[in-house]
Amino acid sequence: MTDAAAAPNFASGDAPGVRPVPFRGGGFRPSSPRWVGVLVFVALIGFLEWGTRAGVISALTVPRPSDVFATLVEFARSGGMWRNLGPSLMRLLVGGTLGALAGIGVGLMIGLFSVARAGLVPLVAALFPIPKIALLPLFVIWFGIDESSKYALIAFGTFTPTVVATYGAVDNVDRTLIRMGQSFGLRWHTIVLRIVLPGAMPGILSGLRISLAIAIILLVAAEMLGAEYGIGAYILQAGSLYDLERLFAGVTILSLLGVLLSGAVGLLERRLLAWRS
Amino acid sequence: MELRLSGVSHRYGEVEVIRDVSLTVPEGRIVCIVGPSGCGKSTLLRFLGGLERPMQGEVLQIGAPPADSINPLTYVFQDFALLPWRTVEGNISLILHDHGIRGRRAEAIVADVLARTRLSDFRKALPRQLSGGMKQRVAIARALAVNPAVLLMDEPLSALDSQTRELLMDDLVALWSRAPFTAVYVTHNLTEAVRLGHRIVVLSRRPGQVRDVVEIDLPLEERAAGHADLDRMQRHLWTLMRDEAQAADRELAI
Repeated sequence: MTDAAAAPNFASGDAPGVRPVPFRGGGFRPSSPRWVGVLVFVALIGFLEWGTRAGVISALTVPRPSDVFATLVEFARSGGMWRNLGPSLMRLLVGGTLGALAGIGVGLMIGLFSVARAGLVPLVAALFPIPKIALLPLFVIWFGIDESSKYALIAFGTFTPTVVATYGAVDNVDRTLIRMGQSFGLRWHTIVLRIVLPGAMPGILSGLRISLAIAIILLVAAEMLGAEYGIGAYILQAGSLYDLERLFAGVTILSLLGVLLSGAVGLLERRLLAWRS
Repeated sequence: MELRLSGVSHRYGEVEVIRDVSLTVPEGRIVCIVGPSGCGKSTLLRFLGGLERPMQGEVLQIGAPPADSINPLTYVFQDFALLPWRTVEGNISLILHDHGIRGRRAEAIVADVLARTRLSDFRKALPRQLSGGMKQRVAIARALAVNPAVLLMDEPLSALDSQTRELLMDDLVALWSRAPFTAVYVTHNLTEAVRLGHRIVVLSRRPGQVRDVVEIDLPLEERAAGHADLDRMQRHLWTLMRDEAQAADRELAI
C-alpha cells in the first residue's frame, strides 16, 4: 500500500490543477435551536410594545402588550381566570376525550373490517369538511343548552380527524408483523392489542395533536352557546365590547393552552414511543 | 411429524405462479427449496404453514406434532418480524403468554432459548439496538420457544451481510446437531442450500415446477465452506438453475 503513504501529497492545494472537490451536500436538514423560537416571540412583542408606545401603531389597532399582560395579571389576581378556565378545561377534557376515544375506536374498526371500511370511510369523508360551528343550533336542539351540547360539539370536532389519523395509521402497520402474529397462532384480540395498536400509535398521536388544536377552536365556538363562564365566553364578551386588552388576554390563554397540550402529547410520545428514537 | 405438498398449483390473477408441485418434508431433516426469483418458493412456504391456500392440490401434515409443541408450524421471516416496541425477552414472552404459558414456566423457556442462541446478555435490549444478525437470532430464539414440529424459514439470512450469514449458518448447524429439528428452508443462495439442506428441491422459473431433487448425505457438521463435494454439488445446482435464473431475470414483473 505505497499509495496510502503518498496520498497526503495529493491533498495539498499548491500543485497546479489540484483543488479540493467542491462541497455540495449541505442544507435540506432543518434543525430547530430553541432560542430562535423564543427570539421570534420576543422580537414581535417588543416591536408591538415599541410601536404602540411610539405612536406608530394606534392603540385601536393592537393593544399594548404590557397592558395585555397587566390585564392577565389582574384577571388571575381577581380569581376570574380560574372561574373561567375551570369550566373550559372541563369541556376540553370531556369533549376531547369522548371524541378521541370514539375516533380511535371507529378508526380501528375501519382499519380492521372491510364492512366498516366500505361503510364508514365515505361517511367520515362527508362529515370531515362540515364546519362543526354551523351545526351549533342542531346541537342545542339535540343536547340542550347546557354542558352536554358543548361536550358534543367538541367531541364531534375531534372525532373526525382522529378517525382519519387512526385508520391511516392502522393501514401503515407493518403487515409482516401481523403475519408473524398469525403464524404464531396468536389470538385475534392479542394481534389487535399487542401488534396493531402499538404499531399505529405514532400515527394516532400525531393525529391527536391536530384533534386537540381543533378542540380548542371549537371550545370558543361551544362557549358561544350561552356559557356563563369559560375562556371562550370571556373572549366573546370582551370582543363585543371592543375591549382589546381583555380579548388579547383571552387569546393568549388559549394559545398557551395549545402549547401546553401539544407539549403533553410530546411527553406522551416520549413515553409511549421510546422504542423509536 | 411430516409435511407434504401434493399436486399444488396456484395463480395470482392471470399469472400462474406454481404448477403441480409435490414434495415431502421428512421428520428431523432440513429441506431446502431453491429457485430463481419469482418462482413461487416463498408462496410454497406460506402454503406449508397455512398462511395462504393453494388453488389446487393439498397441503397435508402426517402424524401428530409432539404434545409439548405450542405452535407446530413456526416461521422465521426474512425481515425478522420482531415487534420494535418490545424487548428481546418481551418478543418471546408475548407469544408464550398468549398460549397460556406464564410465570416460572415462561421464564424457564425464555432463559433456555436465549442461552441456546447465545442472547442471554441481551434480554432487555430493544430490536433497534441489535445488529441484523442478532435480530435474526432473536427471531430464531422466538421460533424455538414454541417448540415447533416444523420450522419454516423464509430466506432467513438474505437480509444479512455475508460474514453474519456465515456465523448464523454455523449457529443453525450447531442448533440442529444438538437437537435435530424438521425444517423447510427457502433460499436463493446455493451456498446456504448445500450447507444446510439434507434435501434440496430445485424449482424452475415461474410457473414454479420441481426441476430436480438433490439429496446430500454428508452430515451437517462436516460441511465446511470449501468442501470439495459441496462445491461440486453447488456447481451442479447452478448448472440446473443458470438458464432459469437468466430467463427469470429477463421477465417483466407481474
